[in-house]
Amino acid sequence: MSDILLPPASGALSPDLTAHGYFGQRNSEAHPPALTPGYKTSVLRSPRNALISNFATLSEITGPVFTPAELGPKDNDLITNFAKDGLPIGERIVVHGFVRDEFGRPVKGALVEVWQANASGRYRHKKDQYLGSLDPNFGGCGRMLTDENGHYVYRTIKPGPYPWRNRINEWRPAHIHYSISGDGWVQRLITQLYFEGDPLIPHCPIIKTIPSESQIRSLIAQLDREQAVPMDSLCYRFDITLRGRRATWFENK
Amino acid sequence: MTTLLTQFNETPSQTGGPYVHIGLAPRQAGFEIFENNFGNVLVQPETQGERIRIEGCVYDGTGSLLRDVLIEVWQANAAGKYAHPADRQNKPLDPAFRGWGRTGADFDTGVYTFETIKPGKVSHPDGREQAPHICLVLFARGINIGLHTRLYFEDETDANAKDPVLNGIEWVVRRDTLKARREVRDGEVVYRFDIRIQDTPDGGKETVFFDI
Repeated sequence: MSDILLPPASGALSPDLTAHGYFGQRNSEAHPPALTPGYKTSVLRSPRNALISNFATLSEITGPVFTPAELGPKDNDLITNFAKDGLPIGERIVVHGFVRDEFGRPVKGALVEVWQANASGRYRHKKDQYLGSLDPNFGGCGRMLTDENGHYVYRTIKPGPYPWRNRINEWRPAHIHYSISGDGWVQRLITQLYFEGDPLIPHCPIIKTIPSESQIRSLIAQLDREQAVPMDSLCYRFDITLRGRRATWFENK
Repeated sequence: MTTLLTQFNETPSQTGGPYVHIGLAPRQAGFEIFENNFGNVLVQPETQGERIRIEGCVYDGTGSLLRDVLIEVWQANAAGKYAHPADRQNKPLDPAFRGWGRTGADFDTGVYTFETIKPGKVSHPDGREQAPHICLVLFARGINIGLHTRLYFEDETDANAKDPVLNGIEWVVRRDTLKARREVRDGEVVYRFDIRIQDTPDGGKETVFFDI
């Protein structure tokens, strides 16, 4: 007998699981599929079999817990966290926003990690050979935990666009990579932030892997003039939504 | 009376790209920036349990190595308990074990490794026990959304035969793609776990990936 389609037996839900709730299923239409031939690397790096869906167990509804003591005081300041003999060159910006779940609840203590190219579009990485110059005072990575309201903030240099080998004249829009570790393993998410008004956005084959316009819009950070720091830094706002835990409305009996 | 909650769409995933190491493993990218770096060693001297090494490679649809892949693991401690408040099983927490680690494959050899302990059995919501397993997630250039899989241990024959998740895989032949091979090398227990993202023309067996 196969177990595939059997939900957890009625009455068998352990209080361990309901105490923190299950996560709703992932809406696959909100995400890129694995195979997106316009983004060529995906052709040989996408499974041919369908993903297998399981009822979540403790393994999926738990996840690593991070504490402020693990982070350094400059970890969320990319303008100074690699500065050696001066400040990095480029547009000074603050980026902030809220991490919430699908039901609008703040995700507290989420680890948000970011990485990016410098103002020239050059990455500090062994494998990046682009002729855009490295900036000796810019590393390009940072990290932070969300506060009790799910809020995060960091300061950086706005990254430049970047050429890459997909088709021969392909250019990424300016972007900042994001990695978010929320409260449960199922919330683990890696994505990219883009900037309002960038004319490269509609042409990018990586962005076009996302099937809906509204989902693409959700990756575009908006200029936040109210939060700009006068004579210092512009500001962008970028909110993130993670999978949500469902409440249990009725006893499972 | 029930209440319908407003539901927002999850933020869409994007590939981690080829330079994922800059943010998640900056030393591997080639520079020092953080005082405290997250890595692939999950054990401390006081950690309880049998020391094991996990090692393997990740292959694409031509059988070529993914040398730029980033892998994270999440597992229970030796008693089968997760270091997270949602785990209310009546089992001991190990203060010297977080259960999480990350690493990049080696840029030359494509090999990834973790130094960890063999996890205990964790309860399944239906009341059965799950066989010992480690959750893995893969991010890389060309992967639009993180690929989730599970590592099981080939020598846990009885537990694997009863595991609800393995048994949920209708194609019995695919279950073996999740079982790591045990070797003893210079007295050290090594589990080899290769991951094949896509079936290859020569009949390579694609690893099972989960929608969790």
